[in-house]
Amino acid sequence: MMSRSISGLLRLGLSQAHRARAQVIFVTTVCSPALAGLHLGRCFSTSHRLQYVPAGGTGSTEKVKLNFINRDGDKFSVTAKEGESLLEVVMNQNIDIDGFGACEGALACSTCHLIFEGSTFQQLDPISDEEIDMLDLAYGLTETSRLGCQVRVKNWMDGLTVQVPTDVSDIRRELEVEKQTKQ
Amino acid sequence: MSRAGGILRWRRASALRSSLPSGALAGERPPSGAVLFSGNKRLLSTAKTEPRICIVGSGPAGFYTAQHLLKHHKLAQVDIYEKLPVPFGLVRFGVAPDHPEVKNVINTFTQTAHSDRCSFYGNVTVGKDVTVEELQKAYHAVVLSYGADDNRTLGIPGEDLDGVYTARAFVGWYNGLPENRDLKPDLSSETAVVLGHGNVALDVARILLSPLEILQKTDITEDALTALARSKVKRVCLIGRRGPLQVAFTIKELREMINLPSARPFLDPADFKDLGEAVKDLPRPRKRLTELMAKTALEEPGEVVSGRWLSASKEWSLKFLCSPLEVLPTADGKQARAIRLAATRLEGSGDAAKAVPTGDTEDVMSGLILSSIGYRSLPIDPAVPFDPKRGVIPNQSGRVLGAPGLYCSGWVKRGPTGVIMTTMNDSFDTAQSVLEDLQSGALDFPDAKEGFGSVRSILQSRRIRPVSFSDWEKIDAAEVARGKLAGKPREKIVDPKEMLELIGP
Repeated sequence: MMSRSISGLLRLGLSQAHRARAQVIFVTTVCSPALAGLHLGRCFSTSHRLQYVPAGGTGSTEKVKLNFINRDGDKFSVTAKEGESLLEVVMNQNIDIDGFGACEGALACSTCHLIFEGSTFQQLDPISDEEIDMLDLAYGLTETSRLGCQVRVKNWMDGLTVQVPTDVSDIRRELEVEKQTKQ
Repeated sequence: MSRAGGILRWRRASALRSSLPSGALAGERPPSGAVLFSGNKRLLSTAKTEPRICIVGSGPAGFYTAQHLLKHHKLAQVDIYEKLPVPFGLVRFGVAPDHPEVKNVINTFTQTAHSDRCSFYGNVTVGKDVTVEELQKAYHAVVLSYGADDNRTLGIPGEDLDGVYTARAFVGWYNGLPENRDLKPDLSSETAVVLGHGNVALDVARILLSPLEILQKTDITEDALTALARSKVKRVCLIGRRGPLQVAFTIKELREMINLPSARPFLDPADFKDLGEAVKDLPRPRKRLTELMAKTALEEPGEVVSGRWLSASKEWSLKFLCSPLEVLPTADGKQARAIRLAATRLEGSGDAAKAVPTGDTEDVMSGLILSSIGYRSLPIDPAVPFDPKRGVIPNQSGRVLGAPGLYCSGWVKRGPTGVIMTTMNDSFDTAQSVLEDLQSGALDFPDAKEGFGSVRSILQSRRIRPVSFSDWEKIDAAEVARGKLAGKPREKIVDPKEMLELIGP
């Protein structure tokens, strides 16, 4: 929670100063050298390091604002690059979703399942048979569900909101335990 | 430095001295927190004891339970015990060698193992090297996630003949599971029969039919490659008791079979021509699966596929509504020669349909019969309740019934079905139960427990050398290095003695 409010303030500050040219990357401390080889930086450290990277060094200058609503109702607003998959956005922005992206984008699971708003869903690139094959195994499948690893960010998605589906366990239990443990 | 700060620091130090068990290693974490005193009387304690949780089994269930606990409790210390020297359970020993992307979850499990609050203890057999009762004394909670080491049996005559194997043993063999390394399956029969219509049945068929050039680049064992290079198997017949609407395999795996290079599918149009009506109202996953089978059975494929099938040297088929009655032996009575099947019909429909014998029988000639009718869990310790009929530990939301402090997750909790993601969800569910019970006082918490501190001496007295995660990483590095020489991602070491020699005393 803390890191998000800090990052929110920083994003605001930076955007006023360098709106079209800045890109902020939020990085968690890597737990071990062994992780350096992995492209996923997820870890259980609670310290966060803020890294300011000028846009020239990373290519695209287009920024698309996306909103992810987590299982417990928490909303994460992030800025993403055009062309990134939604799974990559979750990983790169360290959005905290339990068990997301288990197979790391290989279309071998359905843990990056996301639910879109009807109007957005209609505009997404067509779904492949291979994606439907895996999506069909997902919990809480809806008419506007897609796999995050197969949906790429486009400029028109600015302001888009996606919902992380609740899974089998009762969400109320999670909320109660979360509140007590946070202390 | 403020006086208050000074008092807090002093109290923390004395709490430390009094709570450390004798013989505790430097680096073992003491209870943290501040205790406020007046004179010698404790007025107010906000001491935060660390919950110590033990997980038995290091497959997906064990690791996902650990992950959830570590994430949602900032002080929890989680120790994962594993009977083999190497972790990851079915991700290493069950997932097919030609499905490496499914094994990507090993990355997230490795991250979990690297957490300061997580320890791995391999080469420790719970129930033998240390009892569950001893673990319960050392930990606030014990989670049983040891999966399914056994399989359902056919219960028919001839089941023990040479040439009859369980799919579980066959998969273990090609995946390097130590207990199956000496299986030496006889692959000299041109026809192989697989009993079962699940994903494991398809895996086994696919490994028997895949071109060697593909398998050579995977982490399949050297031994299996050598045997498959000599294999005479040209035809695999997958036999199920029920009909097309009851198949347990999923569409991605079926598609893979249909697209196999050099193997042609045979699906009998008679099995599918009357299904039209029934399919219309099915939920999408079942509908698409059935439609794919029907299309393969009833439609002429396009030119490219036709060409491929015409020149295919191998084939596979799906046979429905046949239940195994007996494995018929060769003249010397030692080997499988054929399988006798009872023709069945369905009573009821959908998932609940039951296969009932009609009285007719049929023999399929084959010297290689693989039974893929389901895994099964075994009881681990007298202290743990077990339902032998269902083959699971009786539980509610992962809390073992009648055994406070004991929990379960994964296949031993809900039965041996589902994919890694299903286990992930059920592990999170069990972890929630543990977290709730830590808060509610249902466990001996916040009384301090010693965790591995007290288990270590038990293992030492029984001459068990636990394997740490960094020990596993040495084995891992050796396997990868050997694999490189052979153009494979790794060459698995299949002898536990060799693993232990590698890491030293």
